[in-house]
Amino acid sequence: MSETTQMTATKPALVQGLRARRAKKRHEASLGRSAAATLSSKPGQILVYLLVFLWTIPTFGIFISSFRPEIDVKTSGWWNWFADPGLTLDNYRSVLSSGPGQDDLWTFFLNSVRITVPSVILSVGLGLMAAYALSWMKFRGRDWIFVGIVGLLMVPLQMALIPMLQLFSGSAHIGSVTIFPDLDLTGEVYGVWLAHTAFGLPLVVFILRNFVAALPRDIFEAARVDGAGHLTIFLRLVVPLSVPAVASVSIFQFMWIWNDYLIALIFAGRENAPIVRQLATLTGTRGQSYHLLTAAGMISMIVPVAVFFALQRYFVRGLLAGAVKG
Amino acid sequence: MGDIVSALVITVIALAALAALLGAMYWVVGRLPKKWREGARAWVFLFPSAVAVTIGLLVPAIRTIYLSLLDDNGNKFVGFENYVDVFTTTGTRLTVFNSLSWVLIGTIATVAVGLAMARFADGMRIESAAKSAIFLPGAISLVGTGLIWGFVYAGPPFDVGLLNAVTEGIPGLPDSWGGGGDRLWLLERGFGGVDPPDSAPGVNTFLLIVVFIWAQAGISTVIFSAAIKGVPDSLIEAAKVDGATDQQTFYRVTLPYIRSTIVTVATLTTVAGLKAFDIVAATTGGRFGTSTIANEFYVTRFVQGRSGVGATLAVLIFILVIPVMILNRRAQARAEEMMGG
Repeated sequence: MSETTQMTATKPALVQGLRARRAKKRHEASLGRSAAATLSSKPGQILVYLLVFLWTIPTFGIFISSFRPEIDVKTSGWWNWFADPGLTLDNYRSVLSSGPGQDDLWTFFLNSVRITVPSVILSVGLGLMAAYALSWMKFRGRDWIFVGIVGLLMVPLQMALIPMLQLFSGSAHIGSVTIFPDLDLTGEVYGVWLAHTAFGLPLVVFILRNFVAALPRDIFEAARVDGAGHLTIFLRLVVPLSVPAVASVSIFQFMWIWNDYLIALIFAGRENAPIVRQLATLTGTRGQSYHLLTAAGMISMIVPVAVFFALQRYFVRGLLAGAVKG
Repeated sequence: MGDIVSALVITVIALAALAALLGAMYWVVGRLPKKWREGARAWVFLFPSAVAVTIGLLVPAIRTIYLSLLDDNGNKFVGFENYVDVFTTTGTRLTVFNSLSWVLIGTIATVAVGLAMARFADGMRIESAAKSAIFLPGAISLVGTGLIWGFVYAGPPFDVGLLNAVTEGIPGLPDSWGGGGDRLWLLERGFGGVDPPDSAPGVNTFLLIVVFIWAQAGISTVIFSAAIKGVPDSLIEAAKVDGATDQQTFYRVTLPYIRSTIVTVATLTTVAGLKAFDIVAATTGGRFGTSTIANEFYVTRFVQGRSGVGATLAVLIFILVIPVMILNRRAQARAEEMMGG
């Protein structure tokens, strides 16, 4: 049941996305206005401008503020900048340099990279292997395992946090027999990798299996006739052919992990905290460093916003496919 | 610089070790009798993922259900006492009502904004720029989103908030509506001289829901936009030939056609609303009556160290997610039937 829930949830969005692309091509070819385009009315257009304005202003405000001098940020609203312009990089300089009792933001930025990149590689790499096994290898219980993995999409993250932290911080015993060693992963970056991998895998496997299973059967048969084993087929055929799906899933995972707060809060120690967690810490301690929040916020956004603009197409595709993340 | 290099080396070593382990396992099962080889090889491919989701998701989820039936120290079996506690304690009951407000208002508004953008921006010259502008907040972390809106809602001592500036500029607005321009928006539950009862959401909760809508609307816009462009031109043209106005065409043809997409977006937003944690944690930390179930879960378990009630709140999120998923499935199944599979 859970399998169909997930599949049917994504299918319309994906199918309609594809249809849209085809429709757009047709539209461009005819150089005429599409039937849908004539739907735009004057009040509708005004509404669009209004929404765009409302959606842009808050970010624009913090952007301007981040370049204003400390005293200005603390005493007047950012819109006063237009009447009294004053530009400085001091806020950025402050957050990026360390002082007494204050770490520089650069450290946390690197922590984000240290957490995100391996977590993405692990979850997508292992997910692709599982996707291949679940679609092109024969073994008993295959369909049940797929249904089970995808069913886990419904489980909210919160359900797994308490026992997983206990697992990282202590061993498991039955009587005096240790059935699980003390992993001592609390606060370690490896623990965060494992958490992100485990929580991300159901979605990754779901999307990649659907893609890999749809690859043409002929190429696998031809490879087998040529004497290729599963490992060769996986490395030489499946990996290169899956690049589009892997790109979408990787970007989706990347954004999710980079922007995550909850997992970082619980599994990453103070010294391994990613930038998002540090940003939350700074927000909590306002007061003196109120002006620094603007620059810190902007720095934390650079990577996801850059990824968004550079790879928007893949990201949106991943989003449409991953719209079901539980 | 040394940090980066050592981190890089550790990462590469860890990944290489994993690859070597899997390679060795693959080689070993290759020595097995032919009968078992295929199945064993499949398990080598599946092994890491299976282990990860089993010990990282499946077993913990079951254990959380078990923990929710124990007391806060995890020693004594108390049955459903924790569940009764959640609904009878004023503080947690408020978080449940807050979460339901997030879901209800957040979902309706997100769907409405998404549909409006998808419909009216369609065919405009600024269409893709407008959609990017709405979508951009969705690329930022929810903590960053909370920070950005913290500046909009700011009040004394740093009286630089945009909202206060706007309400101050409206002549004759009473103080209780923010007319003085020095209201602490995220701290005050009452509004316009009316104070909500202890277990009802205050106006500051609604201000946080605005942040949520702001963050979610982009996804909704993108999905609806793709769906609306997928409505066959022939259907729209047929409606026009029959003399339908633009508005009638939208409500009678387009909306019914994309119904299942609307349900998908609503499901997505509902689930996100139930799990709302980052925005609350980064703005008020759940104080001033703004906590949600997900935030209360974190505070109860990881700040106060109460295992039983903490686990109960996690299970509560799960229980609330299930019916939404089932409704979604039904709607999708019906849509597939209507479109001929």
